[in-house]
Amino acid sequence: MREGGIGAAVKRKEDFRLLTGRGTYTDDIARPGELFAHMLRSPHAHAAISAVDISAAEQAPGVVAVLTGPDADADGLGGMPCGWGITSRDGTPMVEPKWPVIAQETVRYVGEIVAAVIAETADQAADAAALIHVAYDSAPACVQTARATEADAPRVHEAAVGNICFDWDLGDKEAADSAFANAAHVAALDLVNQRIVPHPMEPRAAIAEFDVAAAKLTLHCTGQAAHAMRLLLGAFVLNQPEHKFRVVCPDVGGGFGTKVPPYCEYAILCWAARKLGRTVRWTGQRAECFITDTHGRDHATKCELALDGEGKFTGLRVLTTANMGAYLSAFAPLIPTYLYATLFAGQYTTPAIWTNVKAVFTHTSPVDALRGAGRPEATYLVERLVDEAARLSGLDPVEIRRRNMIPADAFPYQTPVALLYDSGEYERALDIAVETSGWNDFEARRRDSEGAGKLRGIGFAAPIEATGAAPSAIAGSLGARAGLYESAQVRFNATGTVTVFVGTHNHGQGHETTFAQLITDKLGVPLENVEVVEGDTDRATMGMGTYGSRSLSVGGSAVDRAMDKIVEKGRKIAAHLMEASVEDVEFDSGTFTVSGTDKSTSIAEVAFAAYVPHNYPLEELEPGLDEQAYFDPVNFNFPYGAYVAEVEIDPETGRLSVERFTAVDDVGNIINPMIVEGQVHGGVVHGIGQAVCEQVVFDDSGQPLTGSLMDYTLPRADDVPSLTLDHTVTPCPMNPLGVKGVGEIGAIGAPAAVMNAVVNALAPLGVTHVDMPATSHAVWQAIQNARAA
Amino acid sequence: MTTVSMTVNGKQTSAECENRTLLVQYLREKLGLTGTHIGCDTSQCGACVVHVDGISVKSCTLLAVQAEGADVLTIEGLADGDALHPMQEAFRENHALQCGFCTPGMVMSAIDMVNRHESLDEKTVRHQLEGNLCRCTGYHNIVKAILAAAPVMKGQA
Repeated sequence: MREGGIGAAVKRKEDFRLLTGRGTYTDDIARPGELFAHMLRSPHAHAAISAVDISAAEQAPGVVAVLTGPDADADGLGGMPCGWGITSRDGTPMVEPKWPVIAQETVRYVGEIVAAVIAETADQAADAAALIHVAYDSAPACVQTARATEADAPRVHEAAVGNICFDWDLGDKEAADSAFANAAHVAALDLVNQRIVPHPMEPRAAIAEFDVAAAKLTLHCTGQAAHAMRLLLGAFVLNQPEHKFRVVCPDVGGGFGTKVPPYCEYAILCWAARKLGRTVRWTGQRAECFITDTHGRDHATKCELALDGEGKFTGLRVLTTANMGAYLSAFAPLIPTYLYATLFAGQYTTPAIWTNVKAVFTHTSPVDALRGAGRPEATYLVERLVDEAARLSGLDPVEIRRRNMIPADAFPYQTPVALLYDSGEYERALDIAVETSGWNDFEARRRDSEGAGKLRGIGFAAPIEATGAAPSAIAGSLGARAGLYESAQVRFNATGTVTVFVGTHNHGQGHETTFAQLITDKLGVPLENVEVVEGDTDRATMGMGTYGSRSLSVGGSAVDRAMDKIVEKGRKIAAHLMEASVEDVEFDSGTFTVSGTDKSTSIAEVAFAAYVPHNYPLEELEPGLDEQAYFDPVNFNFPYGAYVAEVEIDPETGRLSVERFTAVDDVGNIINPMIVEGQVHGGVVHGIGQAVCEQVVFDDSGQPLTGSLMDYTLPRADDVPSLTLDHTVTPCPMNPLGVKGVGEIGAIGAPAAVMNAVVNALAPLGVTHVDMPATSHAVWQAIQNARAA
Repeated sequence: MTTVSMTVNGKQTSAECENRTLLVQYLREKLGLTGTHIGCDTSQCGACVVHVDGISVKSCTLLAVQAEGADVLTIEGLADGDALHPMQEAFRENHALQCGFCTPGMVMSAIDMVNRHESLDEKTVRHQLEGNLCRCTGYHNIVKAILAAAPVMKGQA
């Protein structure tokens, strides 16, 4: 292994600045003469606006402008765009109502912006906003996912009959129905995958600047995808041409999906900066983030799994109602469709699958991607059904999985729900998890708990996901309104150092280190001589950003391609320098050698010759050693795992603790094992959080009851155990690095493993299902219900 | 407006503040010490923890005027040039940070935690971290880092 290259657990290059308080997050940036925006937000989930009186606010000290919905119309602003269109099963396009950047006649969720105040200080802007009088006529709200399509549910958008955005299906209904008609057992569950907030620790923030002389707009913001942000805001909302619009996403304090889409606040700041010729900034309060950062999940599902007499899965049917919230956020329609139902085969050979998804509008905060985005919902229902199937058929949960797993020699494997799995050794991961978790010794631990008056349960889950989306052409045929390639530029500087520009974004994933390791490994440049640049549309040529665990498999592959071009050109330069023919020049670890001789030259010398071309084949070759590559994946990649959770429950109080957690993952080749383990740790605890404590709650009028950390439980250090990790390596054959995504798999596998453990613990009482989150109250209630039954 | 003065990272500082200005705003906006972060508005997240007269404090819970005359230490004041404080070094060694946003508060809380305990075990560390939230690391490596730094800080390693 090369020092600092692929496979080395090198310490992160980004850590020194982040550990010494020298990071530059958006809110850390200060500009002379900047103005502050304050958003006045609707306190109603559903109301008609009859008047917005801004006269007092306009006269308040320090106020420069007060902007309202009609102002946005007058200035020709478009609505917030949606990046993915879904076609309903009857062939009609999804209902896509306009999402105005500032509400006009109607507000549709608590937190929707009704006016923006721009003032000299943040306090003055907030004080002035309190002087705006909005005349609301409040109306009943449609809030609950499962009831959104009922005949008497309040209508969210005139165009969406029954509040249905789209009614979509996938799979072969006839084949699935036939499997159920012939089933020996049918495992059926009604389950809720509850709404949760992404809650990156850094609140959203933005600063917009307008250079009047250059007619150029610059937006710094807390984003995961700078180029996509520029395209969506520039082309659809602001009519600001791309070449006159720079978006910079500097250090970003976590994303988890919610920082991918563009937001109304960013559009308003850009618009105000351009209108006023002044710099305008906004930083979200946590209370604002709780209601206006896009939320995640929120499905109500009826699902059933058919089995034959041998415990083999023969069919799966799923009916899901997915809550979109009040408006369609940029990638919302993609999540409960192609990122969800396409994973229903799980790790199994289930031959017949059919699903129907109804996406509904409600008077709640918009929903979009959240760590896993659709795939946690898929793994959760499949793995809960498998445990229910084990109970019905009397098989051990591990044994029933073993009987149904896709065998290692069956790849590539075409599932009945569109995906072609490329590789996997599922049973091997299962075996390791069984061994590492002490699955077979559980009974002894259960008895120990019993002796202490506690219930103990163990749960297995076999998560799978599709990451590294996707071939652009296929994505386009399924409704994507953008490409899904990645770009990378590898630039040698004259003195032999390297600058790498990638279209992805680092908000905790360690790209500055991992991408540099790729350079060190292939080009032999020491790690400290490599700088990775991301998140700036004026520096990285093009890009789609970081989400869906795509950065390494797509962006890293683009880096690899660009390095190949560097080596190809370098060989020609080296051949000239060494007076050899190009065919005789070999490259390895930073050195060009004439094969069969001791003649060699380093890539640093080649780079110097390329930029100081005194002795250089100028007739045949341009100067410079600077190459660009794009990578458009030929398929998704398919990380998978085998997870075991163990919980202990106090039956008197319902208090639950997660005692042990084992995660065995296969994410293909590993560049930096330290970083990969860190990604799994974070994902697993995100998933435990969903399983046992997190939940967004609205009351019947649409008021959010979980609007702060006082009311919404994020997992804390003493809510979770230390985690036991292991891995297998099945290289992905679909990209040059053999890698798969790792950022989400933990959050995909953990909820099912924990909830299977909860149900296992309560099984002696007759409990067969508990919805997430398994709070003390929920568990206590489940126990009471079981005792009363 | 009131003139507030305090020592921050060993230097005398002074600025005109509104009475409602919080200590964290004083540090970030008046002094430009943006290493101390604001992650919530209910004093839950701990991203803004600094030391005031040697004790860890959420700097969003204190008005700047309440810190008049105090000796304040922030994340920027820990390292000696390129030499990291043992707690910073342990965070780096153990990959106890990802996005880095909670990190300054975590490090400042962790140092205070070590100062307040003769010895630490995992259970104590997890419990003591109750006031510091992290969304990236799952806390696993943060706990490891604190347990690794404690003996170094106490000169036992």
